[in-house]
Amino acid sequence: MSGVRVLVGTRKGAFVLTSDGRRKQWDVTGPHFGGWEIYHLKASPADPNRLYASQSSSWFGQVIQRSSDGGKTWEAVGNKFAYDGDIGTHLWYDGTPRPWEFARAWHLEPSLTDPDTVYAGIQDAALFRSIDGGQTWQELPGLRKHESASLWQPGAGGMCLHTILLDPSHPGRIFIAISAAGVFRSDDDGQTWRPMNRGLRSEQIPDPTAEVGHCVHRIAMHRSRPSVLFMQKHWDVMRSDDAGESWREVSGNLPTDFGFPIDVHAHEPETIYVVPIKSDSEHYLPEGKLRVYRSRTGGNEWEALTKGLPQSHCYVNVLRDAMAVDSLDPCGVYFGTTGGQVYASADAGDSWAPVVRDLPSVVSVEVQTLP
Amino acid sequence: MIRVVLPAHLRTLAHVDGELKLDVEGQATQRSVLDALEACYPMLRGTIRDQLTQERRPFVRFFACEEDLSHELPDAPLPDAVATGIEPFLVVGAMAGG
Repeated sequence: MSGVRVLVGTRKGAFVLTSDGRRKQWDVTGPHFGGWEIYHLKASPADPNRLYASQSSSWFGQVIQRSSDGGKTWEAVGNKFAYDGDIGTHLWYDGTPRPWEFARAWHLEPSLTDPDTVYAGIQDAALFRSIDGGQTWQELPGLRKHESASLWQPGAGGMCLHTILLDPSHPGRIFIAISAAGVFRSDDDGQTWRPMNRGLRSEQIPDPTAEVGHCVHRIAMHRSRPSVLFMQKHWDVMRSDDAGESWREVSGNLPTDFGFPIDVHAHEPETIYVVPIKSDSEHYLPEGKLRVYRSRTGGNEWEALTKGLPQSHCYVNVLRDAMAVDSLDPCGVYFGTTGGQVYASADAGDSWAPVVRDLPSVVSVEVQTLP
Repeated sequence: MIRVVLPAHLRTLAHVDGELKLDVEGQATQRSVLDALEACYPMLRGTIRDQLTQERRPFVRFFACEEDLSHELPDAPLPDAVATGIEPFLVVGAMAGG
């Protein structure tokens, strides 16, 4: 019987949650790398036993871990992220130029076809790639050489490249998102990049419709239709039907359109999920209710999913990389909270149950569907 | 032979228990000890000193002989007691919290 493996990154280690296809009984292991921040773990689509993890610490810096046996054992691989060529500057919070400086890897995106190729989105914002299983890393410098790069400014969480989407239908097409610069697209495997922010409107920046400078929180696509993108921006849920060339708002009847994660149903490309948060100054749920919102119409029309989720006195957040879907039928949906809960739905969000309740604050959730 | 004590997180990362014993070529300095340490345990590269600048990470301290050597120059000789293996060279995660 098929099953799932949920990879959970927290502020104090990684946890692995496994279940069979019914997704009712769970085996929980961890903490792996206890005491370290695990910003992200992700498996190779080309080899389910190949996992990568971003492990970091304020004391001891960045470590990249790799597993070749589905997470049973791990080995530390390369952690040298050297910016290519002239370092250059971006804008600091006070508007002064500041040299790019590596802080951590936020997101690891394994290649769709090669287990040894993996992309890393880092802070300060840049895209790196390894083609030797994480042993060595090379920057794809075209992104930081974009003419707007010297004007990029960090969001409150740092100037991070947090989202990497590899287009399965157009080899060489990569989408990335940076807080707070916005979305960029490359059609030549990361050599050159164009901003993809037309249609975004952000009242928090001097020119609300600027080409760059938007605080995009996450973007998502369905593999079968990669030219349709969905975005949770700082405020606003957005949609693009032309591979990012233009965006339109689809916040519709959401109670608030501020939030972090957004994801797409595995089998229904027009079904999407968000978790609205009260505001950018509060960063917790509205009304103390944990509600996932689902749209079956690609946005605008949203329904609250509450069955099994706390509906009073709940003031957690769900971070940008902390939601994932499996590819079983019905589609499973998973998310983790800053309060340390990981919730799972085995029926596409109709009902939910906690897999674990008391982990450290959850930073990321990914899921593998296993044969 | 130089004795080195790592903080718990780095012992876990390096898959070692207790203190390490390193053969260090030439004069025992912070740099030569860390060079030898990273040569034996490459997974520690970047965790004690920055990979690119080779500077001590801000929240890492070096203690020995009840002295804080963190601000000594990297090529300054370590105390004789460390160089002769009588006392260990301590790599310490700085106190933090509140």
